[in-house]
Amino acid sequence: MRNLLPVLTIVATLLALWYAAAVALNAQWARDQAARAGETLTIPALINDTWSQDKPKLPAPHQVAVEIWQTTGAMVLEGRGFSKRSLFYHSWITFSATALGFVLGTALGIALAIGIVYNRTMDMSVMPWVIASQTIPILAIAPMIIVVLNAVGISGLLPKAMISMYLSFFPVVVGMVKGLRSPTPMQLDQMRTWNASANQTFWRLRLPSSMPYLFTSLKVGMAASLVGAIVGELPTGAVAGLGARLLAGSYYGQTIQIWSALIMAATLAAALVGLIGLIQRITLKRMGMA
Amino acid sequence: MSSNTVISARNLSLTFQTGDGPVHALKDVSLEVQKGDFVSFIGPSGCGKTTFLRCMADLEHPTGGSLTVNGTSAEDARRSRAYGYVFQAAGLYPWRTIGGNIRLPLKIMGYGRYDQDARVKRVLELVDLAGFERKYPWQLSGGMQQRASIARALAFDADILLMDEPFGALDEIVRDHLNEQLLQLWERTNKTICFVTHSIPEAVYLSTKIVVMSPRPGRITDVIESTLPKHRPLDIRETPEFLNIAHRVREGLRAGHGDAV
Repeated sequence: MRNLLPVLTIVATLLALWYAAAVALNAQWARDQAARAGETLTIPALINDTWSQDKPKLPAPHQVAVEIWQTTGAMVLEGRGFSKRSLFYHSWITFSATALGFVLGTALGIALAIGIVYNRTMDMSVMPWVIASQTIPILAIAPMIIVVLNAVGISGLLPKAMISMYLSFFPVVVGMVKGLRSPTPMQLDQMRTWNASANQTFWRLRLPSSMPYLFTSLKVGMAASLVGAIVGELPTGAVAGLGARLLAGSYYGQTIQIWSALIMAATLAAALVGLIGLIQRITLKRMGMA
Repeated sequence: MSSNTVISARNLSLTFQTGDGPVHALKDVSLEVQKGDFVSFIGPSGCGKTTFLRCMADLEHPTGGSLTVNGTSAEDARRSRAYGYVFQAAGLYPWRTIGGNIRLPLKIMGYGRYDQDARVKRVLELVDLAGFERKYPWQLSGGMQQRASIARALAFDADILLMDEPFGALDEIVRDHLNEQLLQLWERTNKTICFVTHSIPEAVYLSTKIVVMSPRPGRITDVIESTLPKHRPLDIRETPEFLNIAHRVREGLRAGHGDAV
């Protein structure tokens, strides 16, 4: 663990900055409260207050940590680990939409990339649309997708997954087009001298060559998928999921709840991207490319 | 054209249309290669030697004249896998072992599993790489990689071996060694070899027939039949006979260069 020290140093620095920012941002409220009560706050009392408010502008790290513990570990200990108040439950809801959207997006992305590489018409026509699709703000189009799909009787997981797919297919298309085109003219000529069929050239040359590009795209796509799922949960009326927690938190000014949902989402994203990284390492190692 | 003719080109021309007007890569090239010949193509860059080889391999399409390989068109010869082609770079797939790389064309051509194993083993021995079957390309030196790529071209039953400056990127000592091995291999397998090079000693040492080419337009200026014996130790390169042929090749190259300027 050579890199443990630098990592811990960064974490400690961030925590220190966070605590300092919490004091700065929450001090006004603490002073106002004290003035109303006709008291003056000493510096230690002020700091103590800014780190323990109910609805602070910026909750202190330990407040978020306590909130996360109460909605995860503590509930597991009580045997209610999967109740509707648990962050595990909400994470699971968000994760299932993310995973489904990611799988759909990856499939769509690879299919489009194959089309673009093998079909001249698609090569000249599809890419501008793919890029245009990503210039539309997802926040604008997400409610439309939810409403339209609801109108045709599709609700629940699939509409959210569609939004995830909408965000995650893009990096996969771009990466896979580049990857499938990465074989050199010499390698393609070589296949020709063996009189290899188009199928054989694809499976034996183009697809293996594209693997490093694919995994890079998948990491970006996975993170985009999670953002898509969270955005997709906002217009559903805050039923369930990390997005719903964020929305509910902002309705009621529950900043601690917002922050704990944010941290949970970040942890989930890190775990998912890390999982892709692990699969990448294993795959490329087995292919002799790492 | 005798029954022993493997490659026959008559008035072969290839003109590329470019933005700056037509480029005559090959013009009126005629040549016959007999079975078991070792033919070297030598000339300055742009003389069409690689283009000519690529025409034989059906990787380029001539715009005029006729070309037959094994008595059929170049395309039919390619489809019937009549030749093995060795490129300038080894071009081994990094995700396949040496054995896996040699197996690839065999798999594509539908050889049976046991036949594949036997062939991989045989050609690895032929190029002196026995025991490296499970290594990955990056674990081998440049010369060994190029030997593996020659093994790959030998693994299937093609009587013709087309080689495009296969040792161009290697240092002199490795190159000498590989030249020697290539000659032994040619003696043992009795293949017909077409070999593109820009090294005069390499061409003279290896060939039974040296084709001197010159650029703008790409054409054949001289065809030299070597008088050297089939068995050639490395030190044959210091004999007067060798130097004589080398001199004639150099003269041919100079003449071709002179009337192009």
